[in-house]
Amino acid sequence: MNSVAQPAPSLARRRSVPLSLGITTGYLSVIVLIPLAALLLRSTEGGAGTFWDAVKDPQAVAALRLTFLVSLVVVLINAVAGTVIAWVLVRDQFRGKSFVNAIIDLPFALPTIVAGLTLLALYGPKSPIGVNVAYTVAALVLALLFVTLPFVVRTVQPVLLELDRDMEEAAQSLGATSFQTFRRVVFPNLFPAILSGTALGFARSLGEFGSVVLISGNQPFKTEVASVYIFGQIESDNVTGAAAVSVVLLGASLVVLLAIGGIRRWATRHDG
Amino acid sequence: MARYALRFTALGYLAALLIVPVGLVARRAFADGIDGFWTAITTPEALHALWLTIVIALIAVPMNTVFGVFCALAIVRRRFPGHGLVNSIVDLPLALSPVVVGLALVLVYGRTGWWGSWLNEQGIQVIFALPGMVLATIFVSLPFVVREVVPVLREIGDEQEEAASTLGAGPWRTFWRVTLPAIRWGVAYGVVLTTARALGEFGAVSVVSGRIAGRTETMTLHVEERFQSFDLTGAYASSVVLALLAVGTLLAMTLLRREES
Amino acid sequence: MAIEARNVTKCFGDFTALDDVSVEVASGSLTALLGPSGSGKSTLLRVIAGLEQPDRGEVYISGEEATGVSPQKRGVGFVFQHYAAFKHMTVWDNVAFGLAVRKRPKPEISQRVAELLDLVQLNGLAKRYPAQLSGGQRQRMALARALAVEPKVLLLDEPFGALDARVRKELRAWLRRLHDEVHVTTIFVTHDQEEAMELADQIVLMNAGRVEQIGGARDLYERPANEFVMTFVGPVSNFGDELVRPHDIEVSREPNGSGTQATVDRVVHLGFEVRADLTLDDGREVWVQMTRGEAETLDIREGARVYAVKARKGR
Repeated sequence: MNSVAQPAPSLARRRSVPLSLGITTGYLSVIVLIPLAALLLRSTEGGAGTFWDAVKDPQAVAALRLTFLVSLVVVLINAVAGTVIAWVLVRDQFRGKSFVNAIIDLPFALPTIVAGLTLLALYGPKSPIGVNVAYTVAALVLALLFVTLPFVVRTVQPVLLELDRDMEEAAQSLGATSFQTFRRVVFPNLFPAILSGTALGFARSLGEFGSVVLISGNQPFKTEVASVYIFGQIESDNVTGAAAVSVVLLGASLVVLLAIGGIRRWATRHDG
Repeated sequence: MARYALRFTALGYLAALLIVPVGLVARRAFADGIDGFWTAITTPEALHALWLTIVIALIAVPMNTVFGVFCALAIVRRRFPGHGLVNSIVDLPLALSPVVVGLALVLVYGRTGWWGSWLNEQGIQVIFALPGMVLATIFVSLPFVVREVVPVLREIGDEQEEAASTLGAGPWRTFWRVTLPAIRWGVAYGVVLTTARALGEFGAVSVVSGRIAGRTETMTLHVEERFQSFDLTGAYASSVVLALLAVGTLLAMTLLRREES
Repeated sequence: MAIEARNVTKCFGDFTALDDVSVEVASGSLTALLGPSGSGKSTLLRVIAGLEQPDRGEVYISGEEATGVSPQKRGVGFVFQHYAAFKHMTVWDNVAFGLAVRKRPKPEISQRVAELLDLVQLNGLAKRYPAQLSGGQRQRMALARALAVEPKVLLLDEPFGALDARVRKELRAWLRRLHDEVHVTTIFVTHDQEEAMELADQIVLMNAGRVEQIGGARDLYERPANEFVMTFVGPVSNFGDELVRPHDIEVSREPNGSGTQATVDRVVHLGFEVRADLTLDDGREVWVQMTRGEAETLDIREGARVYAVKARKGR
């Protein structure tokens, strides 16, 4: 079902086109575009030189590098964990499965600051099981794993549900073991979904703030991520510096968004 | 055999990362008993934070809902140049760091911002005040209604509206009596997700609000403030309230899905 | 015996799909499992393949018990109704799959795949993806894929069910020719009695989890074991108190012995056949089938008074 067919241009329709279009562009401009434009312009206010100086600041570089590395580690773990969880939710049967399915979305709904506090309770100084990773990079990884948990699970689940079981049975009848069937038949069909889930998670990790700000200690050069660095610069009134690093993060997010669109198109190339 | 290993891994991972930590917070929130819990969430600051959070949501959610419906209509129905661009811009808030959002708003509405200085002269304060927090919340919760309504609109196609216009209904009539009822479930899901996002926003609001306790603190900011003041029970108590709201969101979605089918 | 199923019972929850079913399939033959939906024919096929485990009973392949053996090790080739093509692989890789999984050397795989593509007339399409093939081509690819590993038995689950009528007829004839060339023991499932009768050496007619009759097409048609078989396999007409083939009813203008009087209600000319609806004098209705020639000779028309009698055997 699509709306490619052009409706006969009646007077009524022509009148309402400007209205939705007008509201849309007006709202988007005021709320989103103008602030982002201000960000871009402010970051380059002192010329390209000032921009690069701000970005090359050692603390900024440390924060950006840490952010990218940690996000990468997190999405790799998610790729595996998320796929396993999605598999269990789709293919396995056990009591309480629908409860487990429902709580996967909790990180989406829970405020990030609460997420951070939650992890701090179990894995921080007052941990009842004696595990204390507060103020370390491990805490960062933990927090980011929490908030990005749903991404891979929710992109892989529908693909697994729709997957033609016949293909797996065909592979079995042709002599493939379970592992061979997974590697040659199932995984290639899941891969695009896993990829787009990890891309979404990556974009989210890059900018995550609320869940890491309590648990990581925010030590510059050690456990300070880009968003915390930016926050610090705003507080110290170094707005240009904050804007410059923000633009770097913004650019990275845009690249990831484009990649996701590309992955979607690539994923459906074999659909007959 | 492999099946049990997979199940154990998945459930173990979820327990360690999700279930046990949340359960622990719930327990710690009641460490001083129900009275302690109640006292913590009824302090003047806590109550003000709750009120402020609700007010912001009550403004942001309806605005994003109305926008969301019109934007979805524009994206799906009207073939105008750049509708793909609009689609991508709507997705932006999902990929942006909330701190960056806050900064961008400060750059426009702050004292030295593009419009900020002029607004200041008129006596309107945006940053460090309610309007700024509302704007930040609107920004971050913008995409959800659009995202939910667009696929529904695409699926139902033009035909019902065309039928209505051949029967003599004008564009507003058609919208109210044909389009809106057809997309109501998409709108409902979108509203629930928008509300959840609005209630839980932290980073952007943190930047624009100035975090003045009792004046410009939302519930999420209040949680942080309690933590920084070493009042862990207070922090946990407010967290539980927020967590309950989050769970309420999940329940609302489940119930809506059941209602729809 | 190439394939034997002995006393196989299979239940899905409350539903009994197979109830004490026993079937023997001769080596090199082409057997049809025929029946309406829910008769258990697909389930039986899947039990033979090892894709389902029976609750009771055994399966023997080439004389050896295969009941507990996994589908990987049974040496069966399986073809699915909706092709089950590996959509992310080319036609070539699809057909080569079974050999690749067994780690056969590349030159051997190349040669075998080329042979098979030739056999199923898909050469030239080797580099295409299943999405770019028609339904008929996909099914031929699926057959080539199943044959690649030289299975002991070929199992086809409603192989032509997803294709349109013309392609179905073409592939039917093609399958028979293929079987004559390759001589693999073949069992196929169908709900179409015409298909079964056209292709199979032996038909196993099933209903509600039980075997109703096993035999050749002629056996089932002329000597049906019960009312169900008779109704399923060919047209029937209620004459008197019994079920009779409509072309086994003789119609004449003069009384000839025990003929019942009747009036012609309606005559329909279906090309070579003519079908006439009669109402017997006792009120009951019956329909009759005759050739064009017979209809002309009798001058059958609406309102005519005729005599109908069940023909003796040998008509």
